[in-house]
Amino acid sequence: MRVTVRLFARLRDLAGTGELIREVPPHATARHVWDDLVLEWPQLREYEKTMSVAVNAEYARMTAEVHEGDEVAFMPPVSGGWAG
Amino acid sequence: MPVPQVAVTSEPLESDALAALVEAKGDGAVVTFAGLVRDHNQGRQVQFLEYEAYEPLAVRALQRIVDEARELWPGARVAVHHRLGRLEIGEASIVIAAASAHRADAFAACRYTIERVKQIVPIWKREHFDGGDVWLEGATADPDDRAAREKAYRTACA
Repeated sequence: MRVTVRLFARLRDLAGTGELIREVPPHATARHVWDDLVLEWPQLREYEKTMSVAVNAEYARMTAEVHEGDEVAFMPPVSGGWAG
Repeated sequence: MPVPQVAVTSEPLESDALAALVEAKGDGAVVTFAGLVRDHNQGRQVQFLEYEAYEPLAVRALQRIVDEARELWPGARVAVHHRLGRLEIGEASIVIAAASAHRADAFAACRYTIERVKQIVPIWKREHFDGGDVWLEGATADPDDRAAREKAYRTACA
């Protein structure tokens, strides 16, 4: 099955793309999707412990199962708001 | 068009409109906060900032925060808008308005909101400075992290 992957901010810069389609096996989890990305872009591994994941624009855990057509987003630590 | 309670937008922010949205008859206090792009950061001379968001999740996270504030200070109403795109020095990246019967709740709800925005809203800024650019990264976003939520609450009530 296929899922859409979204990458933001520095993750997007590291991978050179902000949106891609990936083929994943049935019952795959967000963890599978991430591990597959890291195989292709090992530089993403630096975010292993600090990134967040969302499935269909809701925060999720890496153990969340993904389904055909889902949007799976990986996000570096956030820096919105104000610097002060 | 009516002003939404939460928004991410590439348009300039208007704190007066937000204050008008949250004020209710009989309120004794409305607090507004605007976060501005500063001209220096960590010893660097900042030229401008670039903000990006995962928009649908950012809107949901902002809504979650104003709901949390409502639970913590039941009489308070909060609205928050965050700007995206290129922002020049002195422009507002975020505006928050909080209204309540008494000033303590309005100040606390406003402060809680900015602290939580920095913790859980999927927005990122890239700083362009004299000599380069860098993504700034703060907190790992986890809305269910109770310790983070309690820290924001303590800061709000300090």
